[in-house]
Amino acid sequence: MIAEFGHYALALAFAFSLLLAVVPIVGTAKGHGGYMSLARPLTYGMFFFTLISYIALTVLFLKSDFSTVYVANNSSLALPWYYRITAVWSSHEGSFLMWMLVQAAWAAALALYSKRLPLTFAARVLAVMGMIGVGFYLFMLLTSNPFDRTIPLIPVDGRDMNPLLQDPGMIIHPPLLYFGYVGLSVAFAFAVAALMGGRLDSAWARWSRPWTIAAWIFLTLGIMVGSWWAYYELGWGGWWFWDPVENASFMPWLIATALIHSLAVTEKRGTFKAWTVLLAISGFSLSLLGTFLVRSGVLVSVHSFAADPTRGMFLLAFLGVVIVSSLLLFAIRASKVVSHTRYELFSREVLLLGNNIFLVTATVVVLIGTLLPLFHQQLGLGSISIGEPFFDMMFFWLVIPFAFLLGIGPLVRWRRDNIQPLLKPLFIGLLVTVALAVVLPMVFADSVSGMAVLGLILAIWIFVGTAHELKLRVAQRENKPQALIKLGRSHWGMVLGHVGFAVTIIGIALVQNYEVERTVRMAPGDTFTERNYTFEFKSMNERIGPNWVSDAALFEITRGERRVGSVVSEKRFYTIQRQMMTQTGLQVNPWRDLYVAMGEELGDGSWAVRIHIKPFVRWIWFGGVIMAVGGLLSMTDKRYRLRRKATPVKGVAL
Amino acid sequence: MKNLLLAVLLALSTTLMLQPAQAANEFYAFETAEQEMRFNTLTRELRCPKCQNQSIADSDAPLAMDMRARVYRMVMDGESNQAIIDFMKVRYGDFVHYKPPLKPSTIVLWFAPFIVLLLGVATVVYNLRNQAGGEVKLSEAEQARIAELLAARSDDESTPSNKEQKP
Amino acid sequence: MTARARFIYFLTPLILFLGLAVFLFSGLFSDPTKLESALVGRPVPAFELPDLYQPDRTHNESIVGGQPMLLNVWATWCPTCYAEHTFLNKLHDEENVYIIGLNYKDDSRAAAVRWLQELGDPYQINLFDFSGLLALDLGVYGAPETFVIDSNGVIVHRHVGDMNDRVWQEEVGPIYYSLFEQSGNASGGSAQ
Repeated sequence: MIAEFGHYALALAFAFSLLLAVVPIVGTAKGHGGYMSLARPLTYGMFFFTLISYIALTVLFLKSDFSTVYVANNSSLALPWYYRITAVWSSHEGSFLMWMLVQAAWAAALALYSKRLPLTFAARVLAVMGMIGVGFYLFMLLTSNPFDRTIPLIPVDGRDMNPLLQDPGMIIHPPLLYFGYVGLSVAFAFAVAALMGGRLDSAWARWSRPWTIAAWIFLTLGIMVGSWWAYYELGWGGWWFWDPVENASFMPWLIATALIHSLAVTEKRGTFKAWTVLLAISGFSLSLLGTFLVRSGVLVSVHSFAADPTRGMFLLAFLGVVIVSSLLLFAIRASKVVSHTRYELFSREVLLLGNNIFLVTATVVVLIGTLLPLFHQQLGLGSISIGEPFFDMMFFWLVIPFAFLLGIGPLVRWRRDNIQPLLKPLFIGLLVTVALAVVLPMVFADSVSGMAVLGLILAIWIFVGTAHELKLRVAQRENKPQALIKLGRSHWGMVLGHVGFAVTIIGIALVQNYEVERTVRMAPGDTFTERNYTFEFKSMNERIGPNWVSDAALFEITRGERRVGSVVSEKRFYTIQRQMMTQTGLQVNPWRDLYVAMGEELGDGSWAVRIHIKPFVRWIWFGGVIMAVGGLLSMTDKRYRLRRKATPVKGVAL
Repeated sequence: MKNLLLAVLLALSTTLMLQPAQAANEFYAFETAEQEMRFNTLTRELRCPKCQNQSIADSDAPLAMDMRARVYRMVMDGESNQAIIDFMKVRYGDFVHYKPPLKPSTIVLWFAPFIVLLLGVATVVYNLRNQAGGEVKLSEAEQARIAELLAARSDDESTPSNKEQKP
Repeated sequence: MTARARFIYFLTPLILFLGLAVFLFSGLFSDPTKLESALVGRPVPAFELPDLYQPDRTHNESIVGGQPMLLNVWATWCPTCYAEHTFLNKLHDEENVYIIGLNYKDDSRAAAVRWLQELGDPYQINLFDFSGLLALDLGVYGAPETFVIDSNGVIVHRHVGDMNDRVWQEEVGPIYYSLFEQSGNASGGSAQ
């Protein structure tokens, strides 16, 4: 009964999205205020019924109702209750329902916080959200219904949740990522609504910017959590694999990063309007493309969902409709927009364009690297693989000029600036940077690696540039600490965003060049020493969980005479899915991770044990968190909070 | 019943080829740290042809184990990295190496990003040139809007220590 | 720029996307996990493997060639091999196709022999590749796989997945029979 109820709620949500896509647009065409103001209640309706549907599926999981195919395939009686809740999004149908819930939640949030937008504009934005909803709901109802029944063959027990996903990291990773992916639909809706209205002005950029930053924050955190999860769950110590599915989340992130910078220019200077709109369209298009790649099976990936050509066909058709219509609208409307503002070569506008060029180039690298194997095979040229060695090389060359620009950018004024006064501080900054980057590894590491030095140069350059900019900001103020505080959240957002990026670079550069990976044969009682850390294999114990049994190895770690700590590293066997999983043992501090993963049992009681020492690996994710905090500061800047009242309806006319 | 089972297996078999069930006791001892590092690097750059998208280092598939064993032997025999990669390429094709070869059909990989970069720079230069000639014309609405925006951001992220010049 | 030129300029993203969409569409109909063999056009690599029935007897690369033939990779752990076995028997019995069997990393020699005794043996020669040595040299990545080899011992084609009537009629059979015509024209018909 609950399954039918959930299914019915989903159908109702579809009906609401259909009305939402049509009624407000009719209203704007006819100038009918009543129709336009229906957008909000329709949005709430769409959200409400999606929520009901989602709750229904969750209840089915909690009740272990195996008469529902999706529950039977992804849950079991032994699964703990908290994993039953997260099992809802552990496979295709349920994760798509969550996607829809997130989409409807964004739309509802828009409806709630768009009261001060002009009615016409708000009606258009929400209608675009409705149009996107129509496609997705239809997709679910026609090809991916999570409420299908197993009747008459109801299984006694389910086939259990994928063991890879039975982990705390997996609880938060997909929702974060979906909030990011789908959040880009808000930026998209703003852009399309602005195109529909035919006027692209700064006001549009200002309305859209906090939403875009919000989506970007989720995307950043989602990617970081995913990377962190892969690091400890897969047992190989890697934190990024350049898998097509990872790339599918990385491309929207790159574009969203370009977009929040370009929106800043459009908001403040009223220029790059068409470009900003194009980025907003591309961001969401890439997140749709990612969905298609993951769920259609055209690419080979470890994470992809089971392939189904109908689904692929439907998604491709939907992708086509969304992208073609928005790009056509873009060509018609944006080609008529002319920017009147002027800027010169050495200006912040040009440097931000430089940032955009590099981010877009990076996106192109990832896009081609992800899709070329497919094209290559389609054209009968044979199978090729594009992975880490290629991407590492390309990003290495891209990040150098990118970081260089990033260090200078904030120092340069809008419109035009004189390069002369900046040369001296920049030169001193460069000297300081290089000196620090060389000296630090010499003092703290046994050897100096050229690549690590280069990474440090990039990061320290960003620190120095940022610090210099802050200094300039308060140079003429009496009370400097107070002046710093008064800089405004948006400014601090930028500072943290850049600092976070530098922190991530440090993490990557150091872990890539100073990590140690050893695989050793150890039996209980054995010790192994690497870089002064002594790992003692104390004992092997058996552990039994609700749906798994495991061999848990206890290690004592000492450094010289000092005890560092102990870790437990497990080899878990999930009994229902019959899968072996590693549970990595980690001993962590900000400067290094000690990573112990169990390999094969080698007979005679000994095991292949992977012992890694990973300096600064935490910094990679910590940098992401700093970036996200920066985003949070930016989007809560007071001009987005208070100014809403003051932004009158005159912004967008019909 | 047996027929049903067979039908199910057949349905699976078109897309899914099963793998041998032999358990492997694999452990590789190296004489030098350099050998171990090379082994780690190589097994990460070689793709397991059997698996979804995993390097032979990550994969538990028996084929990946065989390939690891071969890489190990070749590393211990002192073969160069390139020789080992070529050995695998002869057997499994370009597919097996995560870095595609530079040939006419893959040239777009290296050049497209470069072209995008150049196009971007060219566009910026074009725009700079184009605007330099004409006078700045602002509609009244835009003038008003800019003034409004400027007023709004007296204390946000504008430029250090200088005021914006009014157009 | 004129308004028209501008419009066309602004259409570029759309055109790029349409090009992309064509490929994505065609990608839906192909299986990305299928690999072509890197060895097509090369001779079967050198090997030395024991016979499945007689552990003391070994075979080497000299057994391939002389006439067009198939080399079929199989194992008892592979359900698809079970499915295609009947068809291989038919090929052997009715069409007189010469097939070399390569038993790939099987659980045990006894299991493989038992399988052939129960289901029939379509193979002229049975190789036992317990550690997957020849399979690795052949670029085998699973079972079953079937290689078509010409009379010079050169690999002409590889089929991955099960062999059945449709695959034989449409894909492998024509290649196999065309080899007779070629060798017939070239060397005056040594086959069959």
